[in-house]
Amino acid sequence: MFFKLKPSAGQPLYLQLMQQIQHAIENGALQDGDQLPGIRTLAEELLVSPNTVAKAYSELEHAGVLDLRHGSGAFISVSRRARLLADRVRAAEMRVRNLIEELREAGLLDDEIRRLFEARLAGQSETVRIS
Amino acid sequence: MTSEPVVETNGLGKSYGRISAVRDLNLTVGPGRITAFLGLNGAGKSTTIRMLLGMIRPTEGSGTVLGRRIDDPAGSLEFRRRVAYVSEDKRLYGYMTVEQIIRFTSSFYPDWRADVVRTLLKQYDLPPDRKIRSLSKGMRTKLALLLALARRPQLLILDEPSEGLDPVGIEDLLQSLVAQCAEGTAVFFSSHQIAEVERVADQVCILHQGRLVLDASLDDLRLSYRQIDMVFPSLPAELQSQLQLEGVESIRTSGHQMSVFASRNADAIMERARDLHAGSIEAAPVGLREIFLQKVKEN
Repeated sequence: MFFKLKPSAGQPLYLQLMQQIQHAIENGALQDGDQLPGIRTLAEELLVSPNTVAKAYSELEHAGVLDLRHGSGAFISVSRRARLLADRVRAAEMRVRNLIEELREAGLLDDEIRRLFEARLAGQSETVRIS
Repeated sequence: MTSEPVVETNGLGKSYGRISAVRDLNLTVGPGRITAFLGLNGAGKSTTIRMLLGMIRPTEGSGTVLGRRIDDPAGSLEFRRRVAYVSEDKRLYGYMTVEQIIRFTSSFYPDWRADVVRTLLKQYDLPPDRKIRSLSKGMRTKLALLLALARRPQLLILDEPSEGLDPVGIEDLLQSLVAQCAEGTAVFFSSHQIAEVERVADQVCILHQGRLVLDASLDDLRLSYRQIDMVFPSLPAELQSQLQLEGVESIRTSGHQMSVFASRNADAIMERARDLHAGSIEAAPVGLREIFLQKVKEN
């Protein structure tokens, strides 16, 4: 798995990591039973505090998508409900992609499209789905 | 792991004659965390670190490090075993070779980690047979770091550890700090490398002219600091004072634009701007660099 954390984004790093793992589950990059690196290994790789990784893992465990087995690592655990959600997200991604294509053909620039999306979503705080 | 702070100071200060280097410092460093200590040159960072280590005596206030009072003149051996320090000048015995100083240092520490030494010698690319005097500044830094990490300290204090390191060296350094923290060591380091601090630290303290001007977790900073840019149809003089809400650190204007730098309360500020008929309101997160500059310019 590849993660990209943005230290200057207005969002805690553990939350960014959580969302990227959630997203990877939704798009199928991470599947039921897959193992994630240990806290120390991932922290060294991302050059972030181990507390950042530990917090993301423990929140994901609370959310029921990660199984932390002491000494043997972190495993993705995807429930049937989460799989259905993953299908919905994949379908939505397709619709977003089509819509963006349409808007580009209508002559809008990517920045303008992005602003429209952001303006629509503005004011709502970042959410993490707890499945 | 206990949640007792590893470092705690109370009104700590140090004056040299009439010049005060550090004033009324209330600093807390938590266990198992990476805490960064930022400040301009001459802000008092090294003075603070030396007071914590008992190398210089405070002229005001008090403090404890791992439960030991910092003005306790009987520097116990036990305390020195539990705290490792990498100083700014990395003074080492120049006539020894890398291998000799490792053997020499290891004799003081019962918990010495030979495996850590082996790993780091390789990772840092240090030549065991070279005399320390002929090492580059960056290599000396890495050697000092190796000697500190192999002791498995409870608290690791570093004064400007990235000085003299190239980008790969800085990467190695940060990786070592992360690994050390993962083993339960509290890490406290001063630095000018804001981008690296922003990535790796849990907590950041900013010292300016001897005073602590910020002590916050990076997660809280990310959530609460915002720069809010607004456009108003007209900018009457009273507008600024009407926007002077809690959390507003500074306000700049240019033409019809107004830019508010807020340490918290962004939602209420934007609400107020809407009430004042701002045409456009945009809030953007603020990086540690901007926060740092704002803190040292304002004070």
